[in-house]
Amino acid sequence: MIEIENVRKSFGPLEVLKGIDLTVEKGEVLTVIGGSGSGKSTLLTCINGLEPIDTGRILVDGTHVHAKSTDINKLRCKIGIVFQQFNAFPHLTVLENVTLAPRKVKKMGRAEAEEIAIKQLNHVGLGEKRDVYPSRLSGGQQQRMAIARALAMSPDYMLFDEVTSALDPQLVGEVLDTLKMLADDGMTMILVTHEMSFARDVSDRVAFFHKGVMAEIGPPEQIFGDPQNEETRQFLSNVR
Amino acid sequence: MFNYTFHWNQALRSLPQLLEGALVTLEIAVLSMVIGMVIAVFFTLFRLSGNRYLNAFAVSWIEIARNTPALFQIYMAHFGLGSFGIHLSPYAALLAGIAFNNAGYLSENFRGALKAIPDTQSRAGRSLGMTWLQSFRLIVMPQMFRVAFLPMTNQMVWAILMTSLGVTVGMSTDLAGITQALNARSFRTFEFFAIAAVIYYIIAKIVTLGARLLAARMFRY
Ligand SMILES: Nc1ncnc2c1ncn2[C@@H]1O[C@H](COP(=O)(O)OP(=O)(O)OP(=O)(O)O)[C@@H](O)[C@H]1O
Ligand SMILES: [Mg+2]
Repeated sequence: MIEIENVRKSFGPLEVLKGIDLTVEKGEVLTVIGGSGSGKSTLLTCINGLEPIDTGRILVDGTHVHAKSTDINKLRCKIGIVFQQFNAFPHLTVLENVTLAPRKVKKMGRAEAEEIAIKQLNHVGLGEKRDVYPSRLSGGQQQRMAIARALAMSPDYMLFDEVTSALDPQLVGEVLDTLKMLADDGMTMILVTHEMSFARDVSDRVAFFHKGVMAEIGPPEQIFGDPQNEETRQFLSNVR
Repeated sequence: MFNYTFHWNQALRSLPQLLEGALVTLEIAVLSMVIGMVIAVFFTLFRLSGNRYLNAFAVSWIEIARNTPALFQIYMAHFGLGSFGIHLSPYAALLAGIAFNNAGYLSENFRGALKAIPDTQSRAGRSLGMTWLQSFRLIVMPQMFRVAFLPMTNQMVWAILMTSLGVTVGMSTDLAGITQALNARSFRTFEFFAIAAVIYYIIAKIVTLGARLLAARMFRY
């Protein structure tokens, strides 16, 4: 369970998160939507401790993400995150990209790490590509590799930050299919996306962010069908 | 000047000795590069660490190495340290001086190379649970070496040529030292120095070519 309690966060004078309260249950798929600069990416990077917070707290399975006593590297092993930029490690083959963290962070043996990596690569449809370098992959393939790389750490939670936004339109589908498959497998996910019909399709709940505030949260039928908040209504009428 | 007659035979007969010296030259150059690279990697970490003192130390070293003559740096290693009671042999002083110089230039090469590697790379590593050092060592550093490979090769060639400054601190076993000694004995100045120059040239070319082959093997992405 991810518990976000009254989290505030500023970059200099700019307050980006203005007191966020949010709980994500095990097995839940939460989609975060909202305009540019509303704080969606910042929220995700706070959850895995890449960004510090000013006040409030974030608990992942009861562990304080930002407490000094927390072994953040260990905690990050159970929170996978995939970014808009694919962040493939260009100097490593696809297989090495996926086995790197299991081997170096989890100290897994090569054989075991490769077995897991190959399973994950097959899962995202990249089994054939294991020995090529990322520069030989399409954007969609690189993004699926990034997903397999995160999954190889066997995380309990997955965070996705606009993972299809940098892709050519014809490559979006394959990545969304991968996300859908994960959701169906019961993975706990928070995903930031601009793909509204996809959000409607996979989410248990949808949160709408506006200027650092979570303006509305509810089941997709409510958010997309009958939004209660004026800002939500405006935002959705603009994206459609 | 025209009463100088060329005597290549004598000079060529000394070729084995000169080649032995060339090996010593290459040895010093390689060692100074290895030491310089290790120091430069530490300096890169110092600069990234955000620690003021470590950063200031690295920056001072780099500034001196890059803005004073290499000859002085070798002098300082020999005579300078000597006046503090640290007596380095000509070999050690030459090695230390060149390694000092290499470390400075390589640090700058690495710094430039880091600019070509987006922050998101180490961020991705951190997200996978790696420590800061792991993400540097496993993700950033290998890419840094690739970007900096050409300037590193240049520095290696420069290191080879710098070894010739060893004669000024009494270095006698490297290519320049042996050439100097043979010259002093025979006064076949032009012949010996011409042959030595050709040998320097050939070593430099082999190193450049070798580096290119190495790069092709190492950087297949
Ligand atoms: N490292 C940073 N330093 C300073 N300002 C930042 C930093 N990261 C984000 N910001 C600012 O914080 C605000 C929120 O950014 P954030 O990336 O969280 O928005 P977002 O909702 O993800 O937007 P988008 O849809 O464009 O990705 C923006 O105004 C952004 O410019
Ligand atoms: Mg964003």
